[in-house]
Amino acid sequence: MIVTPNRMMPSRKRRKLRDENYIDDDVKLTPARRVILAMVAVLTVVLVMAVFAVPDDVVRLTQLTEDRLPESGVSNTVTAVLINFRGYDTFLEVSVLLLSIIGVWSVARRARVPVKVPNTPVLRVFVRLLMPLMVIVAGYLLWIGSDVPGGAFQGGAVLGGMGVLWIAAAVDDPGSRERRLLRPLLIVGMAFFLGAGALAIVVGGSMMQYPEGEAKTWILIIESAATFSIGATLVMLFLGGQPGGSSREDGKKS
Amino acid sequence: MTETALLYMVVGVVLFGMGLFALVAYPHLLRKILAMNVMGTGTFMVFIAIAHNGDNQPIDPIPHALVITGIVVAVCSTGLALALASQVQALTGQPRIDGSEREE
Repeated sequence: MIVTPNRMMPSRKRRKLRDENYIDDDVKLTPARRVILAMVAVLTVVLVMAVFAVPDDVVRLTQLTEDRLPESGVSNTVTAVLINFRGYDTFLEVSVLLLSIIGVWSVARRARVPVKVPNTPVLRVFVRLLMPLMVIVAGYLLWIGSDVPGGAFQGGAVLGGMGVLWIAAAVDDPGSRERRLLRPLLIVGMAFFLGAGALAIVVGGSMMQYPEGEAKTWILIIESAATFSIGATLVMLFLGGQPGGSSREDGKKS
Repeated sequence: MTETALLYMVVGVVLFGMGLFALVAYPHLLRKILAMNVMGTGTFMVFIAIAHNGDNQPIDPIPHALVITGIVVAVCSTGLALALASQVQALTGQPRIDGSEREE
């Protein structure tokens, strides 16, 4: 039960309640904010003018990607760009996922399940029915990514949503076995990406230059691993800490 | 540049401006994190619109790939920012950094 601050309370108590419940009612347009508003408005107008000034004949990479598409191993241009043509970007992106988890685990050592959902039979059955469907959808999105919009990130997002639903509905408390499974899942995407990139050098190309004719297999392996990692990372971000981690702060507080 | 693409870009720029204002003007950390996400969404809209090559034309895949990368990075930074914000709340008792006196 959240006690909302009201005018009957002394200001100190009001403020404390606001802080405890993350309530923010400090939205008055003070003179300083008027100045900021004016400056941001000017910037916005300048940016709108810049948008109108974008020339039509800027360098377009559309033709270039369309021409080289057969070499990429997939028929969806966005996937080709992501995993093949600009593989480095995507590799670093997968690294950012891992970095964010390291960062979150560094500041909050213990996972806190952020929501408490009433554990009703309807919800439990619903989640049980929904979870296998979400796994299929995630796999489907991953698979069609080679031809139409879809791919590792979309599939991973669905997997992440499934994990969040699982935790929120508390169908099963993730035990130590699941925790052990989740940790390797976090790095598997980056490991496969780096491994495939390095293997491409061994096979005779340069970094992340997949062998001709086999690009699709390589892309699919990398994307599958990345899907699991993205899903696991999103679940870990939702938990906001290391599951089963030591409770340094908790011990201090209680 | 088609009219639809221009509309998307203008809306994107306006979203960016709204987010920037909230990010600078309000001390509450949750508000700042939300503002950062609104700014990001505005930027993504501009990128998506720039990829548009006219109706029934193939899109420019590079901005699209950048946007999907950007979305993932935005999610990561939001998660990290939320963890930091909740740590600030746990340590100082207030969800903001604005130099106001600390509640004991």
